[in-house]
Amino acid sequence: MTRMMIRGNESIAYAFKLARVQVVPAYPITPSTLVPEKISEFIANGEMKAEFVPVESEHSAMSAAIGASARGVRVGTATASQGLALMHEVLFIASGMRLPIVMGIGNRALSAPINIWCDHQDMMAERDSGWMQFYAESNQEGLDLGIMAFKIAEDNRVLLPAMVGIDAFVLTHTVEPVDMPEQEDVDDFLGEFVPHYVTLDPEKPATLGSFGFPEHYMEFKYGQWIAMNRAKEVIEEVFAEFEKKFGRKYAKVTPEFAEDADILLVTMGSMTSTTREFVKKMREKGKKVGLVKLTVFRPFPKEELREVLKNAKVVAVLERNISFGFGGAVYAELSSALSTLKEKPKVVDFIIGLGGRDITFKSLEEALSVAEKAMNEDVDEVNWIDVNKEAVLKAEGLL
Amino acid sequence: MEVITRGAVITEPGNSVENKTGTWRVFKPIIHYEKCIRCLICWQFCPEPAILKIEDEKVKKETPAPKEPLKRLPVVEIDYDYCKGCGICYNECPVNAIEFVKEEK
Repeated sequence: MTRMMIRGNESIAYAFKLARVQVVPAYPITPSTLVPEKISEFIANGEMKAEFVPVESEHSAMSAAIGASARGVRVGTATASQGLALMHEVLFIASGMRLPIVMGIGNRALSAPINIWCDHQDMMAERDSGWMQFYAESNQEGLDLGIMAFKIAEDNRVLLPAMVGIDAFVLTHTVEPVDMPEQEDVDDFLGEFVPHYVTLDPEKPATLGSFGFPEHYMEFKYGQWIAMNRAKEVIEEVFAEFEKKFGRKYAKVTPEFAEDADILLVTMGSMTSTTREFVKKMREKGKKVGLVKLTVFRPFPKEELREVLKNAKVVAVLERNISFGFGGAVYAELSSALSTLKEKPKVVDFIIGLGGRDITFKSLEEALSVAEKAMNEDVDEVNWIDVNKEAVLKAEGLL
Repeated sequence: MEVITRGAVITEPGNSVENKTGTWRVFKPIIHYEKCIRCLICWQFCPEPAILKIEDEKVKKETPAPKEPLKRLPVVEIDYDYCKGCGICYNECPVNAIEFVKEEK
């Protein structure tokens, strides 16, 4: 194991290299451009044996990834924001065909207005595409989740594609120290790629991407449902095996300072680090505040969240996405997951840090004050944090 | 298809014959052999193709025809397992030997 200073995008590129990915079709887009750039460099230097396919759009990148994966090789790609949105229809084909493609996402806001900074809207908009979703807190997590994603996706109980989200700029372009596993250890961990039981092979003709009539379509979708549910146990196994081999612990849901907490802040991605420091500070002040980090969003870890959150009084969901007309995606799912509890905590949603707005102690204090208020009285279900509301209300003709 | 595969993969080639598209039919073409001049226009136009050309000597002779010498020519037959009832043969037949009737199921 060597310690390296790398950017988040490089952690995805190194994950692909260590996983011995054989085909990388990619189209550059800020902030994930460095992933295909770094991979081209690896290939040019002879450090990585892979076919790099420069394509004319993200739609083609995912289409090429599907073709290569259907042929029976390990495939990885990367994109972000508008690029992921352009892939939208093809994503469903990858998951429907049960192809274990792994994709790194530089989580970035969607236009308009055009914005290249950190936001989870791009991946949240693909929530129902049948892909597994992992969110990294750091570059180390980006690398580790990138490697583990292959093992989970390729598991015979799963066979589903996976996305690993690394926050735009906060991770993609930020240099952090990362423990780089040795190639032989990763080889040993992942094993050789065993393709889907039928592949595109002229010697053995078969149909992949076939027609599904109304009398069969639902059965295939039910198969994907089963696979996504089975992924829960596979993720757990792979996380445990990874810890045993590499010493770093992962969980779908990670509680910190949570046992006696009245208020639990739920976070995803890089905001977790800021929130952790904030929680420590609040603890010093004697406030019973805890943190719950969500690493896996699909499959949604309902059971773990129920267990971790059941004793809290208020669950404050901090999220970098918004579904207009309802609230944040995490809030929506978490509320419905907790609805089966007899005694449930109050769930309050906080829309924060959209389009790369910094999440600071000040903005977290603003959220916490609403959460504290929620302990004793009713508050808004969905709260926008650190927003110039007055200016917006004026623009909308309400002031 | 009784077997559901993961990812809707069809593992063996050449099995589209199992998909009997004849069940889609709303209207059904019927050939009236006493009018059919065996020109094979319907056979050429059928997009499926669900019109079969029968070269069997016995069938050629025994199938009725408007004129005796026509019995030397191949006979057309509709394969109702796959005929979707598009009506192209009915539309193209130059001697109106094909009737197009509502399917009764």
